[in-house]
Amino acid sequence: MGRKALLITPELCIGCRACQVACKSWNNLPAEKTKNNGTHENPPDLSGYTYVKIRFIEKEVKGEVKWLFVRQSCMHCGEPACVQVCPVGAMQKDPETGIVFYDKSICIGCQACRSACPFDVPRYDKEGKISKCYMCIDRVKAGLEPACAKTCPTGAIKFGERDELIAQAKAEGFKVLYGEKELGGLGVIFALNREPAYYNLVENPKAPEKVVALGEMLKILVAKGIPINNSIIKEFLS
Amino acid sequence: MAALAESFGRGAMTNHWVDMKNSDVILVMGGNPAENHPVSMQWILKAKKERGAKLIVVDPKYTRTASQADLFIQIRPGTDIAFLGGLVKYIIDNELYFKDYIVNYTDAAFLVDPNFKDTEDLGGVFSGYDPKKKKYNKSTWKYQLDENGIPKKDPTLKDPNCVFQLLKKHFSRYTIDVVSEITGAPKEKILEAYKIYASTGKPNRVATECYAMGWTQHTVGTQNIRCMAIIQLLLGNIGMAGGGVNALRGESNVQGSTDMCLLFHILPGYLPMVRASHVDLKTYIKKTTPKSNDPKSLNWWKHRSKYIVSLLKAFWGDYATPENDFCFNYLPKLDDGKAYSWYDLFDAMYKGKIKGFFAWGQNPACSSANANKARQALSKLDWLVCVNLWDSETASFWKGPGMDPKKVKTEVFLLPAAASVEKEGSITNSGRWLQWRYKAVEPPGEARRDAEIVDELYKRIKALYEKEGGAFPDPIVKLNWNYGDGEVDTKLIAKEVNGYFTKDTTVKGKRFRKGQQVPNFVYLKDDGSTACGNWLYSGSYTEEGNMMARREKIDPTGLGMYPKWAWCWPVNRRVLYNRASVDLMGNPWDPERPVIKWNPSTKKWVGDVPDGPQPPLALGGVLPFIMKPTGVGTIFGKGRADGPFPTHYEPAESPFKNILYPKVRINPVARIFKDTPVDKLVLGGDPRFPYIATTYRVTEHWQTGLMTRNMPWLLELEPQVFVEMSKELAKEIGVKSGDKVIVTSPRGKIWAIAVVTERIKPLRIEGHTCHIVGIPWHYGWRWPEDGSGGDSVNLLTPPAHDPNTSIQETKCFAVNIKRA
Repeated sequence: MGRKALLITPELCIGCRACQVACKSWNNLPAEKTKNNGTHENPPDLSGYTYVKIRFIEKEVKGEVKWLFVRQSCMHCGEPACVQVCPVGAMQKDPETGIVFYDKSICIGCQACRSACPFDVPRYDKEGKISKCYMCIDRVKAGLEPACAKTCPTGAIKFGERDELIAQAKAEGFKVLYGEKELGGLGVIFALNREPAYYNLVENPKAPEKVVALGEMLKILVAKGIPINNSIIKEFLS
Repeated sequence: MAALAESFGRGAMTNHWVDMKNSDVILVMGGNPAENHPVSMQWILKAKKERGAKLIVVDPKYTRTASQADLFIQIRPGTDIAFLGGLVKYIIDNELYFKDYIVNYTDAAFLVDPNFKDTEDLGGVFSGYDPKKKKYNKSTWKYQLDENGIPKKDPTLKDPNCVFQLLKKHFSRYTIDVVSEITGAPKEKILEAYKIYASTGKPNRVATECYAMGWTQHTVGTQNIRCMAIIQLLLGNIGMAGGGVNALRGESNVQGSTDMCLLFHILPGYLPMVRASHVDLKTYIKKTTPKSNDPKSLNWWKHRSKYIVSLLKAFWGDYATPENDFCFNYLPKLDDGKAYSWYDLFDAMYKGKIKGFFAWGQNPACSSANANKARQALSKLDWLVCVNLWDSETASFWKGPGMDPKKVKTEVFLLPAAASVEKEGSITNSGRWLQWRYKAVEPPGEARRDAEIVDELYKRIKALYEKEGGAFPDPIVKLNWNYGDGEVDTKLIAKEVNGYFTKDTTVKGKRFRKGQQVPNFVYLKDDGSTACGNWLYSGSYTEEGNMMARREKIDPTGLGMYPKWAWCWPVNRRVLYNRASVDLMGNPWDPERPVIKWNPSTKKWVGDVPDGPQPPLALGGVLPFIMKPTGVGTIFGKGRADGPFPTHYEPAESPFKNILYPKVRINPVARIFKDTPVDKLVLGGDPRFPYIATTYRVTEHWQTGLMTRNMPWLLELEPQVFVEMSKELAKEIGVKSGDKVIVTSPRGKIWAIAVVTERIKPLRIEGHTCHIVGIPWHYGWRWPEDGSGGDSVNLLTPPAHDPNTSIQETKCFAVNIKRA
C-alpha cells in the first residue's frame, strides 16, 4: 500500500454536501444546532464534530456569476507540522498511507496542533481532545475508500494511490495541481484550472517557522509535568 | 405528463438517466438536477467531459446546476414559452429543422381544418373560445381527412394550412427583441443559446432537455412542455440516444405511482377513468378506444379492450364474467366534464362536502398551494387518517398556528408507517426502470408496511359489509384479494400486476396453462382468459421470475441501456419512440449512437427493444409513435384544453402586460379557484405585492421536509426557511444577508431568513425593474420542534392552476417583503 490521497476537483463539485453527511454518518458525529446566516454554507466552520465542509463561494467574473464549492478539511501534509509539534505523539502520520491521524486517548488538549497548522484545521471535541478528518484510515486499512469519496456522486472527490491520481489529473490537462509539492506534498490534492487564490485556497502554505522549536519546548514541559496552556503557545509563535 | 402524452403518446420521461451521457447539448430549464437529482449530474458531467457537450441552464435564479453550465441565462419566472417560442422561430427561419424527420415522423405536413384560427388571427385566443365559460370548443382543431379518413398531407410543407406553416405563423412575432423584452434576458445570450441548441437539428447531433416542477407549476405548465416537445420534434431529437424530453421525476417512485393511477383521471396503465356516461363496458371501450384508418399506424391503444378486461379480471377474479360485463359496473365513475384533482378535493373539503380523508404519505398542510385553505379544510372533516413516518403539520393541524383545538371537531388518527428500506417491493424510477428492493431492516416500533395497513383495512371493511350489508357491498366483498393470509407477500401483488392466465388457453399459437404468468401484454385477451393489474408492467414478473430483481451489468450497445439491469416499461424498451431514431430503411440517423438498427439479412432489429417488431417504414413497417392514432409525433396538439400550440400568457399574478397579445393577458382557460373567502388572487399588478416570488427545492431537503427536517444531519445544512434576493432588492428594503424578514402575499405571511446573493439579479421588464425572490417549500411549524425552521411558503402561494392538469402556479406569484 503506497501513499494515498484524495483528489478534489472543484469543477465537478455540485455542492450537494453528501460528503459532509457521509462523514458524520461514518463517524457517528452529532449534528450541530445551526441557523441560516444568510448563506447556504453550514455549519459555519469546522469543529470537533464537523471534519469536512464545503465552502460556498460566490464570485462575479467579467460580469458573470460563478458559484464555487471548495472542500475544507485536513490536508494530510507530507510534512505535517501538527505531528512535529505534538508533545505527546497523539498526532501521527501513518508511514504506509501518509494519512495524518491521531490517538485521542493520549491527546492532552494543548491545541498546539491548531497553532501549527498552515490551514487552521485541527479542532477539539467537548472534552478538549483533538478531532479532525483522519481520511477514514479505518476504512482505508480495510481496503475501502473514505466515506466522503464513496458517496460523492460526481467524482469531485476521488480516492486512490497518490501518484496515480496526480498522473491522472495531469493527463486530463488540469493547469494547477494544488498540493502536489506544497508542504512535502499534500494528501489532499486539488485539480484546478485557475490560481489557488480563486478558490480561496492558501497560496504557498507554510507552517510557522518555530514549529520544530515549539515542539521541543512542549515536550520538555510535558516531561517536567508543567501544564501547557494555549497562551504559552501563541506567545512562543508570535 | 399531459404534454408528453399529447406530443408523443406516453406520459413519461422519453429516455433515462444514464442516457444523458450521450447528449451533445443539454438544456436544463424548468429543473435543477444538481440540487434535486444530484446523482444524475454524473451523466451530464460525463457528457460534458467526454463528448464536449454544452450545458445550457435557463432559470429565474443561478442554481447549483448553473454552476456547471457553459451558458446560464436568468429569465423572469413564467416566461418560458416566450423563450422557447423564440427558439421555434429561430429554427424555422434559419431552416435548422430536420426535414426528413419532421416530414415522415411528425404531423408537420398534415393539413388542418381551414376553419381553425390561430392566436395570431384572433389576438390571443384560438378559434372556439367561449369567454363566458372560459373554455374552448375544439371543433375546428382538427386535421383535414382524405376519402379514406387519413389526414391529408403536404410533404413540401408549403400549404398555408399545414401544421408546419401554422406553427411558423404562430411564432412569427417571437423575435429575439420580443423574447428579451418579455423574459428580461440579454439578446446576445438568447441568441447564443438558440445557436447552440439548434445545432442539433443535424442527424449526428442530439440534444436533451431536463425539466421538472419548474415547468409544470404554472398556469401554462402543460404548454411549457409542449413547446419543448415541438422543438425536439423539429430537431429530430426524439427516439434518439442522448435526446428526448426528460421529465425528472421528483420522487423515487412517482413514475410508479402515476403508472398505477395515482391521478384521478386514469386507471392503472393509463386506461381512462370511467365516466358516468360509460353506461357499460361496451360503451367505455367504444368511447375510449382511438381509431386510425392509416394502415401504417399501429395505433396501440386499439388494444384497450384487452387491457380493461384483464384489469377487471385482476380486480374481481372469478366473479368477473362476460355475462356480467366483467363487473365493469363495480368501478366507481366520474361525472362527465368534472375534475377531481387535489385542489378540487380540498375545495370540496373546505366546503364541508367531504367527511373523511386519508393523508397517506402526504402532508397537504405544507404541500398544498394556498396551504391556509388546506389547513382550514382539514378542520371541516369528521375524521382524518395520516399514515406517515412522523407526526406532521397535517396530523397536528388542529394545534397548528391560528387553530383553536377546542373548535376543531376532526378526529385524527396517526398510523406509523414503515420506510422504504423497511419493506420489499418495486420502485419505478424516472427513466421507467422498475427496480426491486429488498427489506434491509425491520420497521421500528409499531410501524407497519403500507401494504399491511391496506390489507388489514380491506379485510375489516369487507367483514363489516358481510356482517351489516350496505348500499352496494359487491365491489368490496367480491374483490379478488389474495396477497397472503398473515403477512402480505409483495411478490404476489407484483405477480398479479404482471398478469396471469385464468384458464388454459392458446394465444398466438402458444399454449398456456391456467395460473401461468403472462409473458407480456401482447398475450393479454379481452375474453376473460387473462388477468392483469397493469398491462404496462406486463413482462415484469414472468415464468422466468422477477425481472425487476435482475442486476446484470452488461451494456451491449455501449449506450448505457443495461438491458438486464432491472426491467423497464414497456417490454424492457429503454428509449421510447426508438423507431424514430432510424431512417425509412431502418438505418440509424446517427450511426455512432444507434439505439436500434435493422439487419436486412436476419430481418430483425438489433439494439434496444423496438416499438414493435415490424420492419422499417419503407419496407412495409409502421410509423414510430405507436401510441398516437396518427403514428407520428404531434406538433398540433389538439387534445389540450388551452390550444394546439403553446402561447405566451403572463402568469396569473404577473404585474406586466402581455406585449404579444395585449387583450389576453393570462391563459384564458386557466383554472382559478375563487369560491371561498380564502381563495385570494391578485390579477394584474398590485402595489401592495410588488415582487415576484418563485418556490423551489434544495438538495438537503425532501418535499415538505418531513423526512429531512427530522434528520439532524440534513437540518444542520439547511436549518431555516430562507428567501433569496438580489443585492439591489436587499438595499431597497434595507435588509442584510442573514436578517429575518416577513414575506406576505394576498394569502398569508411567513418569516424567512434573507439570503442576499449575486445569483439573482433584478430584471428590466417593460421599462420597470422587476425584483425576483426565491423561497424553498421544505419547511413547516411542527419540525424542528422548537419552531426555528419556520413555516411553509405554500401559505403564500396562489389558487391559480394549469387547465389541463390543475397543477398550481407556485413558480410565480406576487409578494411583499419587509424587515421583521
